[in-house]
Amino acid sequence: MVTAEQVWAALDGIPDPEIPVVSLVDLGVIRSVDVRAGHVHVELTPTFLGCPALEAMKRALEETVSALGAAPEVEVIQDDSWSTDRITPAGREKLRAAGFAPPAPREASAPTLVQLQASVHRCPYCSSTKTRLENIFGPTPCRSLRYCESCRQPFEQFKTI
Amino acid sequence: MNELLLSLADDELVIGWRDSEWTGIAPLLEEDVAFSSIAQNEIGHARAVYELLADDADALAFDRPLEEYRCAPLVELRLLDWAHTIARRWLYEQADELRISALMQDDDARVAGLAAKINREEAYHRMHAELWRERLAETPQFRTAVAELWPHALGVLPAEQRGALAARVELEEVDPVERGTHSAELAELWEEMTMVRRSAPAGAQW
Repeated sequence: MVTAEQVWAALDGIPDPEIPVVSLVDLGVIRSVDVRAGHVHVELTPTFLGCPALEAMKRALEETVSALGAAPEVEVIQDDSWSTDRITPAGREKLRAAGFAPPAPREASAPTLVQLQASVHRCPYCSSTKTRLENIFGPTPCRSLRYCESCRQPFEQFKTI
Repeated sequence: MNELLLSLADDELVIGWRDSEWTGIAPLLEEDVAFSSIAQNEIGHARAVYELLADDADALAFDRPLEEYRCAPLVELRLLDWAHTIARRWLYEQADELRISALMQDDDARVAGLAAKINREEAYHRMHAELWRERLAETPQFRTAVAELWPHALGVLPAEQRGALAARVELEEVDPVERGTHSAELAELWEEMTMVRRSAPAGAQW
């Protein structure tokens, strides 16, 4: 009989489909794991609602749970419970090492332009805070583009959600 | 079916399609990227709301006859110049924030939770629109575009929220272009948007 700990460990081996340096557990999108009589119920929270990777994540979760010999039930939770604050400390460090600046902490209300332009964003390559916003949008909706004026390197900044 | 939520989802679907029309042809490469992401988000919001309303979100999005769509005339317009496109994005996001904020207080926890999630994403659309509005605000093209689209923007919201919209964008309330009738432009878009599903053989799996 599989335990919740074994399931969590197995899910930590699933890479994020878009940024495979982090696992789904690092990303904080697994809200809960509940083991009941051979069934494993997993609550998955999307990062962005339009994220095309959601179906791939769901399938990978189902396959991983099945490989443990249990019946998977993956439920997608569409509320505000996922935030970039749920990315684990290990996940943030893996992102930074791969050249993605981790997101700033979430505030009580949704961010505004003034906050975005005023807040400190650190270059993931040289740690300088002399960086500027180039584009609110980047290669995927979850990232912005910034430019580091110290090491002259453009980089991707995770949006705070 | 909840008319307010269906209107919201249809607005998001159709403006997502309209925004996606700039992919590949925007005046700046950065805007190509931005409009593609914005379109993806808007269509994602539509899907999430359709899923609250029905078991099959795709059927709701693509299998209805044209007259059953509840989208506002503002989102239907096929806008070919940048000033009008930005004016619509700005006006639409201003209106959308008011109705999403109201839905965040909804008695149904699923509606309130989804609205809060949508609002976090829309915050970046509002910033994008605001940056462009600052750049274009003094140009005659942008002023003309705002004046032309303003009655349409009022029609996005229910009557009780229109005063708040007028106050925040600092324009006088005028007669709105209401939901309920569709432009010929939507008919063309509907043909394009539903073509793949209509032409697929019965029982096709995707």
